[in-house]
Amino acid sequence: MRRSTTGEQLATAMRWLTAIAVVGVLIYGPFQILRSGKYGPENWIAFVIFGLSQGSLYALIALGYTLVYGILRMINFAHGEVFMSGAYIGFFAADALNRAGRLDSTGGALLGLAVITLVAVAGSTTIAVLLERIAYRPLRRAPRLVPLITAIGASLFLQYTFSGLFGSGLRTYPTIDLLKGSFRVGSVPILKVHVLVFVAAVGLMTALYLFVQRTRAGRAMRAVSEDKDTAALMGINVDGVIVQTFMLGGALAGVAGVLHALIYGQVVFNMGFQPGLKAFTAAVLGGIGNVPGAMLGGLFLGVVESLGPALFLEGLGIPAPHQLKDAIAFSLLVLVLVFRPTGILGERVAEKRA
Amino acid sequence: MALLEVHDVHSHYGNIHALKGVSLTVDEGEIVTLIGANGAGKSTTLRTISGLIRPSAGSVRLGGRDIAALKPHAIVAEGVVHVPEGRGIFARLTVDENLSIGAFIRSDAAGIAADLERVFESFPRLKERRRQAGGTLSGGEQQMLAIGRGLMARPRVLLLDEPSMGLAPILVEEIFTIIRRLNAEEGTTILLVEQNALAALDVAHRGYVLETGVVRLSGPAGDLKRDPAVIEAYLGV
Ligand SMILES: Nc1ncnc2c1ncn2[C@@H]1O[C@H](COP(=O)(O)OP(=O)(O)O)[C@@H](O)[C@H]1O
Ligand SMILES: [Mg+2]
Repeated sequence: MRRSTTGEQLATAMRWLTAIAVVGVLIYGPFQILRSGKYGPENWIAFVIFGLSQGSLYALIALGYTLVYGILRMINFAHGEVFMSGAYIGFFAADALNRAGRLDSTGGALLGLAVITLVAVAGSTTIAVLLERIAYRPLRRAPRLVPLITAIGASLFLQYTFSGLFGSGLRTYPTIDLLKGSFRVGSVPILKVHVLVFVAAVGLMTALYLFVQRTRAGRAMRAVSEDKDTAALMGINVDGVIVQTFMLGGALAGVAGVLHALIYGQVVFNMGFQPGLKAFTAAVLGGIGNVPGAMLGGLFLGVVESLGPALFLEGLGIPAPHQLKDAIAFSLLVLVLVFRPTGILGERVAEKRA
Repeated sequence: MALLEVHDVHSHYGNIHALKGVSLTVDEGEIVTLIGANGAGKSTTLRTISGLIRPSAGSVRLGGRDIAALKPHAIVAEGVVHVPEGRGIFARLTVDENLSIGAFIRSDAAGIAADLERVFESFPRLKERRRQAGGTLSGGEQQMLAIGRGLMARPRVLLLDEPSMGLAPILVEEIFTIIRRLNAEEGTTILLVEQNALAALDVAHRGYVLETGVVRLSGPAGDLKRDPAVIEAYLGV
């Protein structure tokens, strides 16, 4: 057997130390907080429900990263801005409908939500397709770092374009009465909007999964993801499939944008940055390129982020643990990259010719 | 008029001049083989015909129509189907899915179903493994899948790039038997690239010998087999 170098030994030791520290936190934190009895069952359930709804958004956005990565082996770092543009463009529809008083009745609100979503999806899809056409396609054969840098440039371009055109302040989304309030399950209140987000996301993800697995277009997409040249030799229009992939990712991000705005009630030009990074984290968690992985990764990240501060950190005596939820999310990213770079569902696949 | 006509084609990889004026023809119902040493430009010739590489000069005609400027997927729709070197099986798609991708350009469900049955008749092993992922097949099975998948497109011309590569001798023989049968029984027109020159000249009607991007010799397969230069360079012991 080959003797490992000192550097490798050190790296292995560091990995073990990190693992032990993480496991320690995962055991000691919950032990302390559960013993203290500060949170009752209904609190934990509320954390999980909030996490699932937030995680649904991550999952919808993460699908865009993972679909594009699956086809082009490229991280579309402007995808957070595709999400933002959906939310923002949807805002104009929502605002116009609201001013016209069209969102007040139940029927009007339902129709209005459909219109807002359609407008948002049309907007985000268009932006995703333009990104591919203008920023990425010319660089298809360039070294991988090049489109990555371009993606960051495109992301900033979109942020500053929206802030330049529509202002840098927060815009308030109209509230829709239909979605106000909550259901009560036992003693646990569940916000209606959280239910909507979760149901919509699960429905879309199921539809996407069936599309990819069962349809002719989905099969073509999987073929292109494995081997573009051979796919072309089978008569598949590879550029067409790539555009379709950006469209799918863009559409899902558009829906996520509307759902996000319904939860938080506002839009702003840089709102895509952090959810974009979180969704990217979710995609990596699930195994980037893997569709069910992105869905699971999103939900998992949402729940961990929501439960984590109370469950893992508060018991350690950390002050204001809830402000550390983003730190938890990104620690998760680092931990996955260190311990299981292929993600939860990712398989180790020999690198195909790129 | 030849069904496939490659005329004075030049192709480049960056500044590597891989094809320096290649011309060849394939008539309807023929098996034509393209032989030559490793690196001679055989695969490049097929890649140029199927549009993966855009030639810098020359023409590729199918039934008289110039297809050199078309995208690969449009060339498939014209009837040229290229089974690439290394087979290009989609490893994560099942055998069934691979075959249905072969018929991607077609929409005649009944015809596709009939052709699928014919492929399964020719390659019973594929039928047994139809729900298995392509990547789990053996080399020989993958080559059969690659050929079967190519046939699912109902090609006017089938381009085969080194179908015998990496196969055990008994499988090589089986593959060449299949090629001969496809041509004799179904009338499939085939342009066959091979390093196994002897076997290729045995099944082919005509042949071309390629050397560093140039056609050195051409003629009926029987003549090439007896040509001293061919014997020395490609058939020698
Ligand atoms: N992708 C490529 N990039 C650069 N050069 C290539 C590439 N593919 C083939 N070549 C070169 O082109 C020439 C012809 O190659 P090829 O057509 O693959 O030969 P053959 O199939 O006869 O073995 C060789 O010199 C080879 O090195
Ligand atoms: Mg070759």
